[in-house]
Amino acid sequence: MRRGAKVADAATTQEPTRRDFLYIATGAVGAIGLAAVAWPLVRQMSPSADVVAAGAPVEFDLTPVPEGQIVKLFWRGKLIFIRHRTQKEIADAQGVQLGSLPDPQPDSARVKDGKAQWLVVYGNCTHLGCVPLGQQGPYGGWFCPCHGSVFDTSGRIRQGPAPTNLPVPPYTFVSDTKILIGGGAAA
Amino acid sequence: MESHSTYVPKSGFAKWFESRLPVAGLVHSSFIAFPVPRNLNYFWTFGAILMFMLIAQIVTGIVLVMHYTPEATKAFASVEHIMRDVNYGWLLRYLHANGASMFFIAVYIHIARGLYYGSYKAPREVLWILGVIIFLLMMATAFMGYVLPWGQMSFWGATVITNLFGAFPVIGDPIVTWLWGGYAVDNPTLNRFFSLHYLLPFMILGVVVLHVWALHHVGQNNPTGVEVKSVKKDTLPFTPYATVKDAFAVVCFFIFFAWFVFYIPNYLGHADNYIEANAAVTPAHIVPEWYFLPFYAILRAIPSKLGGVIAMFGSIAILAFLPWLDTSRVRSSTYRPLYKQFFWVFIACVIGLGYLGGAPAEGGYVIAARILTAYYFAHFLIVLPLLGLFETPKPLPNSIAESVLDGHGHGGPALATGATAAPDRKS
Repeated sequence: MRRGAKVADAATTQEPTRRDFLYIATGAVGAIGLAAVAWPLVRQMSPSADVVAAGAPVEFDLTPVPEGQIVKLFWRGKLIFIRHRTQKEIADAQGVQLGSLPDPQPDSARVKDGKAQWLVVYGNCTHLGCVPLGQQGPYGGWFCPCHGSVFDTSGRIRQGPAPTNLPVPPYTFVSDTKILIGGGAAA
Repeated sequence: MESHSTYVPKSGFAKWFESRLPVAGLVHSSFIAFPVPRNLNYFWTFGAILMFMLIAQIVTGIVLVMHYTPEATKAFASVEHIMRDVNYGWLLRYLHANGASMFFIAVYIHIARGLYYGSYKAPREVLWILGVIIFLLMMATAFMGYVLPWGQMSFWGATVITNLFGAFPVIGDPIVTWLWGGYAVDNPTLNRFFSLHYLLPFMILGVVVLHVWALHHVGQNNPTGVEVKSVKKDTLPFTPYATVKDAFAVVCFFIFFAWFVFYIPNYLGHADNYIEANAAVTPAHIVPEWYFLPFYAILRAIPSKLGGVIAMFGSIAILAFLPWLDTSRVRSSTYRPLYKQFFWVFIACVIGLGYLGGAPAEGGYVIAARILTAYYFAHFLIVLPLLGLFETPKPLPNSIAESVLDGHGHGGPALATGATAAPDRKS
């Protein structure tokens, strides 16, 4: 009876009881414990070590790719287009008024200096990830059959729902005819 | 709620057990004595049909998992193994795949019933919101299940839908990478989808229990939308009346289901999904399963990626606010001459969106999809709030019993039969 009365008072009196201490201490450890367990549960969903390791740089020999052809390859599980552009396609890409583009970017910023014939871009539409079809659409670049996005010969978005240009993956020219995709220094 | 009878354990064992775990009493009050409005029509049997579909999907699904391999290089072949080698594997897979479509047919009729008869209005708001949650869980389950055969449509459906989350600024890309467990849809994605596809139906089952609990607490709505005033006059006991009617409807629905399974098992599917997933080639015409088409049309109608995603999720989320958007106090369309017309316009709008979701995203189709998307939202945000203010409803019957008497002119004997069959022992 005496103990019961004391417990009932505990909430209102200034004097902290042993139960108050246990309540706060248990609650604090519980909250920290919950957070400590939640983080691994969330993080296990992120790319695992082997998936990240599969992102090692890959070399690609450009010599077998004739002018006008687009080849596809995978790096880190992502599709990449390598396009050997014709003179006309390069001229088209360079001759665009930047102000008219939804995502303005000069062609020169999307290729390596002196290698304007080689366009290397990720091969998934920036809208919802479909693979656009090459040499199609009003600009002769790419046309995405899923939701109608149109890209030019520089892989820039021109029409349709895609918000940005096809991104350029990190790569460098290791020789005149060979590129290294995923090489650290380049971007 | 007041009930038609109370469970009285008879045998010694029943008494002993009931005093320790009163489950027989719970079953009795929920499924035997539970008072059911006497004027329910066949649209009220879809709850039972959905319960059976959920059980059918769980049973066939558990069996399919015994033969399926959730691994990117083996998944497609294991589904073909089920189709060709496993005893009755073709039947189990067709039951499960078509079962998903049947589940959605039933749930759309069930939702439309709720919309037509105002079943979402007080005191059934929580019941309705639980239903919206079940609908969302069903969509997630169906989407992840469709990915498992690892065909072209599986793969590209997964790519397109997961990319939706990339629409959010800044956090979008990290979220998508996190969802995939990689830099594209691949084996880690398949594995987690498999795990969640197995989990979600049991979460649906849990929410269904809450849904039924809420239903049994507030009681069923009925075609007049008038609340039960006298359990004796207005209602019948669940068993045998609703039990038999539900069972009959379930059998009829399963005949329809069987027709799909045995005669046109691939009618609702896509031929492209019999081609193994290929990350380098997107099928020329990619469309989701039919039950997602109206929402897919809304997604494509908005000329901005983020806007489209918000509109698509918003089109489902808005259902949860329906009890407060509809300002009319009259529930049933039977007594709402204007709402009745707008209801059918809305249904036509959703079917139109479904058609446009399956059409290519170009020219007139896009314009039409935009108009219908605008109307879809206007129905909830403009039409429903205003109708409640301007519509003059028809006079409501005083009670369910009265409406039955008026409607058929021979309610007297029916009432008497009901009363004899179901003596109201409580009152």
